[in-house]
Amino acid sequence: MSDSGTLTQTGLVALTGVNKHFGELHVLKDINLSIAKGEVVVVIGPSGSGKSTLCRAINRLETIDSGTIELDGQPLPSEGKSLATLRADVGMVFQSFNLFAHKTILQNVTLGPLKVRKMDAKQAEKRALELLERVGVASQASKYPAQLSGGQQQRVAIARALAMDPKVILFDEPTSALDPEMIQEVLEVMIDLAKQQMTMVVVTHEMGFARSAANRVVFMADGEIVEQADPESFFTNPTSRRAQDFLGKILKH
Amino acid sequence: MLSVLTDNWDLFRDGFWLTIRLFLVSAVLSMVLGTVLGAFRVSPVPALRAVGTGYVNTFRNTPLTLVFAFLFFGAAKMDLALPSPYWTAVGALTIYTSAFVCEVVRSGINTISPGQSEAARAVGMTFFQVLTLIVLPQAFRAIVPPLSSVFIALLKNTTIAAGFSVVEAGSIPAAMSERSENQLLTLIWIAIGFLILIVPLMFLQRWAERRTAVA
Ligand SMILES: Nc1ncnc2c1ncn2[C@@H]1O[C@H](COP(=O)(O)OP(=O)(O)OP(=O)(O)O)[C@@H](O)[C@H]1O
Ligand SMILES: [Mg+2]
Repeated sequence: MSDSGTLTQTGLVALTGVNKHFGELHVLKDINLSIAKGEVVVVIGPSGSGKSTLCRAINRLETIDSGTIELDGQPLPSEGKSLATLRADVGMVFQSFNLFAHKTILQNVTLGPLKVRKMDAKQAEKRALELLERVGVASQASKYPAQLSGGQQQRVAIARALAMDPKVILFDEPTSALDPEMIQEVLEVMIDLAKQQMTMVVVTHEMGFARSAANRVVFMADGEIVEQADPESFFTNPTSRRAQDFLGKILKH
Repeated sequence: MLSVLTDNWDLFRDGFWLTIRLFLVSAVLSMVLGTVLGAFRVSPVPALRAVGTGYVNTFRNTPLTLVFAFLFFGAAKMDLALPSPYWTAVGALTIYTSAFVCEVVRSGINTISPGQSEAARAVGMTFFQVLTLIVLPQAFRAIVPPLSSVFIALLKNTTIAAGFSVVEAGSIPAAMSERSENQLLTLIWIAIGFLILIVPLMFLQRWAERRTAVA
């Protein structure tokens, strides 16, 4: 694995010199990160290090103060219709699922294709059912989100993201709100996506996932990318002091 | 007691009919204007938010009589041609009530977790789609009870128009005293009339609450 992508080639997602403050707090410090098509990048780091902010900046749920973020060579638009169009190409899976509470599972998956992609209703439904089948919740299609377990809801959220045919999917701690017995069912869906060359940015502390599916681990601390490497080298042989401390802490339990 | 009503049925009928028209038209217009202003208050555009906030702060804190006075006399002073007193009254009631509807809509929107609109934005929906497809349908449940209070207040507020030469139900007492009718009985009949008008509103609220309770 190379120290890929600072200036040489622009990836599918390219962040250059990105800075972000929350008031006085400098949460993203001069971030440079390029993610190639088909690559799976796991972002790891202590609480408050800016992982969620980084993820959310990529589809502009958070604005940035300076630097550029490009998707497929296009800089992110700042507002309005063109931003919405761009977001349609970037899937997002949240820690707390955020399924539309007043819509059925099927409607959760068809709504984006219908309203944003203007897809024909029959086709949207057919595709949604295929995706629900793929994540293993097709039998729940007519229920409401509150009637499903957390693991099922998160798999629906993944199907909802996939229904838009996104270029990249962002996952912000997709399994940390789940009961332990449900974590695996969600990770399996994600591993499957990775195998099919979906470009993914995954904030997670699940090292099993990182080892089996990630091409690269990015370690963040205090708003900086401190270290990045392939999973094997990162977990067995972290070079920075802060990564060593962090891994020491999370490996203990 | 009944003869007070039956002998003057024309007065009561015409008065309450105008009250109903004032109420319904102002209610619909306030609902539209108030919802638009509520959308302004949560919009990503700072200028729109400022307009919404300024509107609410101005009209929620101005006595309704003053809004009426401004429209009827202020406009006359400025040589503006006003529409009929009826439509001027509708204007005053709508301007005033919209500020309250706006606040009800805004606080209803605030009951919905930000995760809902973030997920909708992440799917690529525009602000308008997020609002109409995701946020407002869910906020509706929280909006119904306070909204009924706003509309019941509007119904009672229509009587202010009597002071501005609109012959709605609030103008009945004056007309009745010209006919030398019993004032107390007149007032009791007017109160009963308003109670009767409020009943369908309460049923409407029950129905809306039941409809939104399912999801
Ligand atoms: N909307 C906000 N306003 C102010 N400060 C914020 C906001 N969101 C995040 N922060 C702060 O920014 C810093 C980075 O937050 P972020 O959520 O990106 O961290 P994280 O790495 O995802 O942490 P965690 O592992 O706890 O999810 C934290 O100190 C957090 O308190
Ligand atoms: Mg986070």
